[in-house]
Amino acid sequence: MHKHWHRPKPSPGFLTVFLAGFMTVQAAAAEEQTIPAERQQELIHLLKQDCGSCHGLTLEGGLGPPLLASLMAGKPQIWLRQVILDGIPGTAMPPWRPILSENEVGWLVTAMQKGVPDE
Amino acid sequence: MNDKMTCLRRALLALLLAGMAGCVCANKSALRGTGDLGVIIERAAGTMLVVETATQSTLARVDGLGNLSHASVVYSRDERFAYVFGRDGGLSKVDILRGALVKRVEQSGNSIGGAISQDGRLVAVGNYEPGGVKVFDANSLELVADIPAEYGDSGKLSKVIGLVDAPGQRFVFSLWDAGEVWVADMQNPGKPVITKFTDIGSFPYDGLITPDGRYYIAGLFGEDGLVLLDLWNLDAGVKRIMPGYGRGEEKLPVYKMPHLEGWAAAGDMMLLPAIGRHEVLIVDQRNWQEAGRIAVHGQPVFVMARPDGRQVWVNFAFPDNDTVQVIDVPSQQIVKTIKPGKAVLHMEFTPRGEHVWVSVRDEDRVDVYDTATFSRLATLPADKPSGIFFTSRAHKIGL
Repeated sequence: MHKHWHRPKPSPGFLTVFLAGFMTVQAAAAEEQTIPAERQQELIHLLKQDCGSCHGLTLEGGLGPPLLASLMAGKPQIWLRQVILDGIPGTAMPPWRPILSENEVGWLVTAMQKGVPDE
Repeated sequence: MNDKMTCLRRALLALLLAGMAGCVCANKSALRGTGDLGVIIERAAGTMLVVETATQSTLARVDGLGNLSHASVVYSRDERFAYVFGRDGGLSKVDILRGALVKRVEQSGNSIGGAISQDGRLVAVGNYEPGGVKVFDANSLELVADIPAEYGDSGKLSKVIGLVDAPGQRFVFSLWDAGEVWVADMQNPGKPVITKFTDIGSFPYDGLITPDGRYYIAGLFGEDGLVLLDLWNLDAGVKRIMPGYGRGEEKLPVYKMPHLEGWAAAGDMMLLPAIGRHEVLIVDQRNWQEAGRIAVHGQPVFVMARPDGRQVWVNFAFPDNDTVQVIDVPSQQIVKTIKPGKAVLHMEFTPRGEHVWVSVRDEDRVDVYDTATFSRLATLPADKPSGIFFTSRAHKIGL
């Protein structure tokens, strides 16, 4: 999932991006530990059923764009988190902040990028 | 129903579910009608139950219908065939008497719903990807006409929503991205004549037609208000109704688009879901002005009138989707709040409205309620049920 961060020459910028990416992965791993298995199930259910009412039950797209792992993997986690938490004004994407914690959104982003497991 | 019949029916169902060729009638020589039949979409499994309203029982399960995460159904006018519009662009024709798939075409990448023409010979599908409408021969499912929803100067295609049939062998639909309403005259099926109404408003999310087939109404997501088109007088163009019903207040996050299905009307009053608000709007059809609003439990998804128009049943978007409320139309009061269970997705009335069937997705059940006493009469097991469609829709304009 780090493919898109490849650059020809290492530079201070590269290091920052690399570290940011590394830290996000670490954070996601920490989130996975702090979200109980039962809640993880609920989040997957929510992703499929409720995100799925616009993005499709298998996340193949609908009124909203597809969220398949192949398309999500290359997108920055920080951006994906922000879109989910705060929505995209002027579109049908609502903010999920009233429903989900930042921790949970982080976990969902990682799950989406890996490919969503069966419930 | 006596025990013997119940046993017979169960045995038959077991046979059908085991995949053996069967017939919904008790034996192949017995005749039966289809007026008390219907179907229930099982959205996760991509299957469909054939049900009988008279006995509140399941007769068959049909599979091979593709992705039904969003699905809708229209019926042939003989009420024998159900046309199923799936999320994956599949159009399936199911013989509900035999409980069997007859024909299936994968006609687009992603679709939202469809309609059957006035004469029953054409089935139209509204597509997201590629955006447009495709029209098929209802008998053979062969493509008759392709109407790409091209808009602007760049040749971009818009997602199509709110596709309905209208008298005069017409289909009417809205363009989500473009903010347009199109009327397609199909008198010459291979050469549709399209009338376009542009700049109607931002993001029309669904549409409906009045039971007399005269007015098409599209709801707007991008702004407060609805769009009205008088199909008896296309020259008059579209008219905005209920402008600014949110009174400038910020709307709530919308976690599920409302559906404008059917016609929730009693006398001159029409009830509609407010988008992003915990309200049902009342419109006076004589002048298309707001005639009130009713505070409800959550954001309404379906606002459905019992066939006699005395009651309107409302279900709600996530996270309030465990609840159904009943509005008494004359008094505009909520007379009953029911909690059927987690994720109530759809409701369908029996043809004359004595019962309503309610799908409860997360509890894998469809419940049947008495609409006079509100008592639960029966429960049918169903795998993640969503839409419920009874054959009485076959003879209603717009359904």
